[in-house]
Amino acid sequence: MELSDQIAQYLLSGLSTGAIYALIGIGFAIIYNSTDIINFAQGELVMLGGMFTLFFMEKMKLPLPVSILLAVLATIGCGALFERLTIRPLKSPTPLGLIIITIGGSILIRGIVMLVWDKDTHSLPAFSGSEPILIGSATILPQHLWIFALTAVAIAANKLFFQYTITGKAMRACAVNRRAAGLVGIDVRRMVFFSFAISGGLGSLAGIIVAPLTMTSYDVGVMLGLKGFCAAIIGGLTGGVGTVLGGLLLGILESLGAGLISSGYKDAIAFIILLLILFIRPQGLFGRAQTDRV
Amino acid sequence: MNREIVKYLLLVVVVLFIPLLVHEGYMLNVMVFVGIHAMLALALNLLLGYAGQISLGQAGFFGLGAYVSGILTTSFNLDPWIAMIIAAIFVTLLAFVIGFPILKLKGHYLAMATLGLGIIIYIVFNEAVDHTGGPSGLSGIPNLKIAGIVFDNDLKNYFLIWGFTLVSIGLSLNLVHSRIGRALRSIHDSEVAARVMGVNARILKVQIFALSACISAVAGSLYAHTMTFIAPASFGFNFSVELVTMVIIGGLASIYGSILGAALLTMLPELLRTFQDYDIIVYGLLLIVMTMYMPGGLVNGIPAVFSRLKGKSKREGGGDA
Amino acid sequence: MLEVVGITQRFGGITALDDITFTAAKGDITGVIGPNGAGKTTLFNIVTGLYTQTSGTVILDGADISRLPAEKLASKGLVRTFQNIELFASMTVLENVMLGLHSRSSSGILACMGKMPWHLKEEQRIRSEALKWLDFCGIAELAEQKASSLSFGKGRFLEIARAMAVGPVIMLMDEPAAGLNNRETGELASLIRKIRDTGVTVILVEHDMELVMDICDRIIVLNLGKKLAEGTPREIQENPAVIAAYLGEG
Repeated sequence: MELSDQIAQYLLSGLSTGAIYALIGIGFAIIYNSTDIINFAQGELVMLGGMFTLFFMEKMKLPLPVSILLAVLATIGCGALFERLTIRPLKSPTPLGLIIITIGGSILIRGIVMLVWDKDTHSLPAFSGSEPILIGSATILPQHLWIFALTAVAIAANKLFFQYTITGKAMRACAVNRRAAGLVGIDVRRMVFFSFAISGGLGSLAGIIVAPLTMTSYDVGVMLGLKGFCAAIIGGLTGGVGTVLGGLLLGILESLGAGLISSGYKDAIAFIILLLILFIRPQGLFGRAQTDRV
Repeated sequence: MNREIVKYLLLVVVVLFIPLLVHEGYMLNVMVFVGIHAMLALALNLLLGYAGQISLGQAGFFGLGAYVSGILTTSFNLDPWIAMIIAAIFVTLLAFVIGFPILKLKGHYLAMATLGLGIIIYIVFNEAVDHTGGPSGLSGIPNLKIAGIVFDNDLKNYFLIWGFTLVSIGLSLNLVHSRIGRALRSIHDSEVAARVMGVNARILKVQIFALSACISAVAGSLYAHTMTFIAPASFGFNFSVELVTMVIIGGLASIYGSILGAALLTMLPELLRTFQDYDIIVYGLLLIVMTMYMPGGLVNGIPAVFSRLKGKSKREGGGDA
Repeated sequence: MLEVVGITQRFGGITALDDITFTAAKGDITGVIGPNGAGKTTLFNIVTGLYTQTSGTVILDGADISRLPAEKLASKGLVRTFQNIELFASMTVLENVMLGLHSRSSSGILACMGKMPWHLKEEQRIRSEALKWLDFCGIAELAEQKASSLSFGKGRFLEIARAMAVGPVIMLMDEPAAGLNNRETGELASLIRKIRDTGVTVILVEHDMELVMDICDRIIVLNLGKKLAEGTPREIQENPAVIAAYLGEG
């Protein structure tokens, strides 16, 4: 294969992993904007999506589409439950306390999944076969197309929700100024609850659509979560276009780095970018300068 | 101050007494680990408890200490003591340089940045196969020796490690009861007032970050030379979280709390062998429950519970609490 | 002597302070008054290095301190107290004041860890001087109590003791009488005079007019970010523009 063909191939696969990171990143941003919490358990919600789908398919013998739907709902439930049990009862939350509680939540979820399922890696069947499709000189799997399509749908639905529904608008109000939102009668605690539920939904979807390509196990959430966070940071922790671009950029850089430089250091790329952005442009590449971010 | 000295001497006596009870076998090995973990928890607590800055990358500094020591002694045949000093200096300088940009970040951002740093270091351990041996690890690291004594069994290692741990504890106690300790707590309590009083919070945070990394690196060297074998798996993100758990459980800003936390979390899984891999469930639960209901850790939480009980019984007795 | 020359501060499109110039003479008690939103606290935050002004200079005893960050100012002898007292809650009263001596002590991390003799000597000096300032402010008997257990009034006196421990040439007090009862306000007035008598220049922002008129040598009046008037308490009380500004505010 020529170098240009190779690069085209890397770009395509980079874009599809990037889409996944974007979905997870938006989940981070939604919770952050309504609560100032970076939810360290976000990656575990991603993992739960894949594992629940597996459960409904293998144990309950349900068809794939039904399993996916149920898995998304179940993860939304988990996200909401997590908020109810750990975040809401806190009387005077400190940033340190919140960090530790969400970290505790993430390892607890990981541990429970390991206990209930096992430590093995499992594969999920591709949604519509695995016959490669030729695009120019690069090939693409049907699953990649599913990833692009479902990510686009999820982001669009998310956008519509925040733009046009009363709950979405209320959540945006909370993001701008929580106190003021409370004063005009918005139930802020409810909005926090919703933000956990929604990012549970987005995260689980990401976990489900990527599982046929990368397999899934109790501990896939750690890396996926961190990379989603990196995407969100590149995007300036906004729920919108910035994070999507951040995810895609990260995916492409990672894929190019793995292909052209070293596959072993692939995972390090995301973290080096993360550190550089935090050091140099903490407001994100696409965000406007805002001082109290750091 | 006198009470501090008595408490410290009491700890020394306990440390000397333990080998009389467990002088061989598995439990003694566990006690060696308690010593290493105590040093690491102590180092983290200086940063997390006293300066109020979280680090989720402590395992990385621990690992760097171990690997620098390991590589220098196996590939370059350096004396283990020299290797240990070089490792400590290297890690301290590294932390100092990284400390400036990283400690500008606060709260969640700092947590994520230190986490990222830890993971980058971990990836290097795995990928720099030529030097580190990659995932399968580095073996044949020589033991430390001094005046003809080679530290090659659990009992000798116990005294070696706890010697270092006791010295670290003593130095840390001195530090937290000095002007530096007060300055650290002042940053934690009110950074703006601390600055107005002339405390240079930025430099101080970086210094403590470097000190914390230095102690962790020494612990890493000791680990490498007592185990004689190291692999990346010991220095991952999970271990960083485990260290945070030790500090939180023992009690933030409490030197003895760190020792207690390290001892509990090291011995608990050993005593409850059935937990095996599921110990992470226990960690997760402990982190959540402690933060929610006993944010001061055991050191502060248990006396508080007692005094509440005492207060209650006094009030019931008609006395004024 | 503190000279404030042409200080202007803009936040986005809002001009919080517009070309403020005044001088606080050495050994004077200077009051800064004005209706809410006049820019008094902003002015304090600029002088004490917590904000960086859009333009203008601050000169302390002939040296330009305009661009120095807060932590560098303590050793220059400039210190402040806060409106909602900022104590170090986890420390004892004595330790709070001992922290005030931070900028006048120098033992580093290694000296402290190793309990070097010069460090121990310094620690003793810090302790005895801190006790002296507690006594000066009349709260010596509280030395071993936790700062968090103090009443608001006692906390205010502790904050002043801590500020005095810095060894200031100038002390800025942000509404020192806020939250104090009548008796405490009386004690505060004599304490401020006592501080002035040690040679420290005092600038205070205050709403309690009785206190301001009682103890201040000179008064600066701010309104809507501009300097409205300057003079002795008597001149200010008779200034029609000042009266109008206060009555206009209700």
